[in-house]
Amino acid sequence: MHHTQHTLSVIVENDFGVLSRVATLFSGRGFNIDSLSVAPTNEEGLSRITIVTRGDEQVLEQINKQLYKLIDVLKVLDFSDGSALERELALIKVSAEDDSRAEVLRIADIFRAKIIDVTPKSYTIEATGNPNKIDAILELLRPLGLKELVRTGAVAIGRGAKGWNG
Amino acid sequence: MKMNGARIMLECLKKEGVTTVFGYPGGTVINLYDELFNFKEIRHILPRHEQAGTHAADGYARATGRVGVAIATSGPGATNTVTGIATAYMDSIPMVIITGQVPTALIGNDAFQEVDIIGITRPCTKHSFLIRDVKDIALTMKKAFYIARSGRPGPVLVDFPKDVQMSQGEFHYPEEVEIRGYKPNLSGHPRQVEKAVTMILAAKRPVMYVGGGAVLGGASDELTLLARKLTVPVTTTLMGLGAFPESDPLSLGMLGMHGSYCANMAMTNSDLIIAVAARFDDRVTGKLSTFAPHAKIIHIDVDPTSIKKNVRVDLPIVGDVKDVLTKMIVQADKNSEKLAEFSAAVEPWHLEISTWKKKHPIDYVQSTATIKPQFVIQKLRELSDDDAIISTDVGQHQMWTAQFFQFNKPRTLLTSGGLGTMGYGLPAAMGAQAAFPERQVITICGDGGVQMNIQEMATLVQNGLPVKIVILNNNFLGMVRQWQELFFDKRYSSTCMELPIDYIKLADAFGAKGFLATKPEEVEDVIRQGLQHSGPVIMEFKISREEKVLPMVPAGASLNEMVLNA
Ligand SMILES: Cc1ncc(C[n+]2csc(CCOP(=O)(O)OP(=O)(O)O)c2C)c(N)n1
Repeated sequence: MHHTQHTLSVIVENDFGVLSRVATLFSGRGFNIDSLSVAPTNEEGLSRITIVTRGDEQVLEQINKQLYKLIDVLKVLDFSDGSALERELALIKVSAEDDSRAEVLRIADIFRAKIIDVTPKSYTIEATGNPNKIDAILELLRPLGLKELVRTGAVAIGRGAKGWNG
Repeated sequence: MKMNGARIMLECLKKEGVTTVFGYPGGTVINLYDELFNFKEIRHILPRHEQAGTHAADGYARATGRVGVAIATSGPGATNTVTGIATAYMDSIPMVIITGQVPTALIGNDAFQEVDIIGITRPCTKHSFLIRDVKDIALTMKKAFYIARSGRPGPVLVDFPKDVQMSQGEFHYPEEVEIRGYKPNLSGHPRQVEKAVTMILAAKRPVMYVGGGAVLGGASDELTLLARKLTVPVTTTLMGLGAFPESDPLSLGMLGMHGSYCANMAMTNSDLIIAVAARFDDRVTGKLSTFAPHAKIIHIDVDPTSIKKNVRVDLPIVGDVKDVLTKMIVQADKNSEKLAEFSAAVEPWHLEISTWKKKHPIDYVQSTATIKPQFVIQKLRELSDDDAIISTDVGQHQMWTAQFFQFNKPRTLLTSGGLGTMGYGLPAAMGAQAAFPERQVITICGDGGVQMNIQEMATLVQNGLPVKIVILNNNFLGMVRQWQELFFDKRYSSTCMELPIDYIKLADAFGAKGFLATKPEEVEDVIRQGLQHSGPVIMEFKISREEKVLPMVPAGASLNEMVLNA
């Protein structure tokens, strides 16, 4: 069966326990979570959870419906069709000694990433972009020695002038 | 007028029309109980275990269609309710469970008798609330009852900290409630209904497959009317029993693992299955890849997640089952000129079904030496009232009841279908009897399960609840023994109960009355005496010990691969 990655944006009541309801749903029903991020939105009392998940069509339909079934969920946006802009932020601590210092800087520059901390033995890089771009910079940095990596997981927003509720 | 939070809670229950609650006191609900002491509008029944209290609230809800209410203290009281909550959740039973909680300032501190009951029950409740402020009690309760009873019903837990119970506040009960993330879709789409009727009228081998939702949705009359109007055969799940009269010639009885031969054959050979508020559970479908290979499927359900969860569906109709069936009746009437033609077209199908019915009816081999459990069930049907409420425990006796009792009215069978909870039968009967003091309430149990909540005999006697407890005693955990016999070379690992219990003395010890039958000729007498006795009763039947429930579709086999006699 064909398993595609989907980015779901879930608008939820900013209620006590809502995140654990969503997480329990995914773990209890054996759905995948590749990444998850959550924070309040501009609208009073609402938060937005972005979940990157995988599954065939039937699984995705179930995820969608099961999310809607949660009392605290107002809206589920499925951004799998490229209808959205996705961004992720990564903080990357990478070894940088002697020859490799210049190489790290060059890679960071190509990806328009910022150096946010410097020591004689390392650089810490802040990179943002589409999750694929983050994967790409990591691939280039990995051979130089990754010491630590933190990723936020994707957040997504629909293209165009309209907000999620019109 | 100012009052404390505990009193506000009781006023909320009163506003919701609650007249009976099942609860057990403790430190974090002592304030609530103090208010109950003088609150005459609510009858409080004290079970002997919180699990039983929760099952009783569930039985009350199943028998009446109203929301059942259970109360427990924090910590162990709350954890004792979990099996009852999960049982109700799996069968979509409307229930509100109020648990005491340690004072808000102590939450998270591992305080004495603190447990995160909301966390523990999250996967088995429809929703849950923690009340943090006395101002929030009324709105929370309004929401809790609304959520519990609307859409696909289910249990809602309300965690109620002790300090909130003690705080003073005003009581205003909201007339209405609006929950922006919760808008159950109740009205079936007219286009879908139209299509459904068109599909039915084009079918040659249609069958209605009816689940518990038809009972819960109060749609028995509509279902019966529609099935008779169209002359479509009807099979029900365990939970659907009673939604359609089994006495009707269109009835195929129950389908699935221990369903009738004709029901399972009809499903397998059907060209159109009309699923009415059923959820294609694995005990019903058997092996999914060979399930109903020739059938198109129409699926009516109020819960969109039920649709296309296990099987492909050709025509989904999301909506309240009563609404959808009513619309289908209207639509069928619009097509009345086609009905005669349709009836003629399905005639061969009816003939085929009646051949299956005759070939392998639900049956058993009678004996003069030992009591056959099926015989006891048949006699019970014969000798009990038409509107008697039957609850069962879980095991062989449950399946024999489903096969042999013949249910003709909705809400007359209370049984744990989804979770299959042993220990359910007796307390559920207790709840039903509390709701209907004048009706016959009978619980049919195995000797294993009855011991799981046998302490409730005390509750029956104390509260004058004349439940009739039927024990089909094989001195085995019969259903597991049957699997061991068939699939594990008769290695009866831990399924023999060994210790014989004197149930007559046991009944006596609780102040109830016990009757015993050991021979077939005693069965009728014991049932008559037991049913006539005015108080709670145990009727024990020593049954043939290694009787099996048949037919049986082995787990994982196709629905038409039934073991008919082994
Ligand atoms: C709480 C619980 N524990 C275990 C089981 C597994 N189980 C299903 S049926 C059964 C045997 C029941 O025996 P009994 O109550 O004597 O009824 P019988 O099958 O003999 O009619 C068991 C152990 C269960 N369903 N529920």
